[in-house]
Amino acid sequence: MAVKVLFLGPLADLAGAAQMDLPAPLDWAGLLAAVPAAVALQLTEARVHVACAGRVLADKTELRALDGAEIALLPPVSGG
Amino acid sequence: MRDIRLLPQMFIPGTLIGPFTQANPGMGGVCTFVGEVRGEADVEALELTHYAPLTLPGMHELADGAFERFELMGLLMVHRIGVLKVGEPIVCVSAAAAHRRAAIGAVDFCMDHLKSAAWFWKRELRSDGWHWIQPRAQDHDDLKRWD
Repeated sequence: MAVKVLFLGPLADLAGAAQMDLPAPLDWAGLLAAVPAAVALQLTEARVHVACAGRVLADKTELRALDGAEIALLPPVSGG
Repeated sequence: MRDIRLLPQMFIPGTLIGPFTQANPGMGGVCTFVGEVRGEADVEALELTHYAPLTLPGMHELADGAFERFELMGLLMVHRIGVLKVGEPIVCVSAAAAHRRAAIGAVDFCMDHLKSAAWFWKRELRSDGWHWIQPRAQDHDDLKRWD
């Protein structure tokens, strides 16, 4: 059973893929351990947000993704 | 009249603005901003990616905020996604109101938020490949004007 993890914007380049499947359930520690190290490093920065099931988490360390959930890793948006 | 959209293909702003203006009978004025892909040296194309569960809902929240803040009769907010060539329109915001200040203010408000607080990631194609566009301090300063 899986959680789908999407790498948005420049995170896709760091991950070397647009998405990956990880075993459910998935929490913050599990996510950091499973994504490529370069992505994990970015995730620890405050300006990178995490959405789960279509909602941006106010506190990403509270992540609890269940089977079938989609997680999006959201780097800062581009300026003009 | 409220029309909020993401468009995957090239659009001609006039074809949206005309009907939008007609759909707000009795208005006192309409203000429109159209942003295009800048023709900077060495830039061949711009690609916008988005995240569907957040991007359009976020634009609707922004529109809600504009209607709360300004006395609007109508709001058109259209943003491109996908690959764009230099000179193609990337965004069009048009606000209709009884009085000009509300229309002008709403467009300014929406554009500042679309630039720095909407879920879009941009990269540009130059002769040596794709380059992600980083956030700019100026955009965050622009956003603070509305706090």
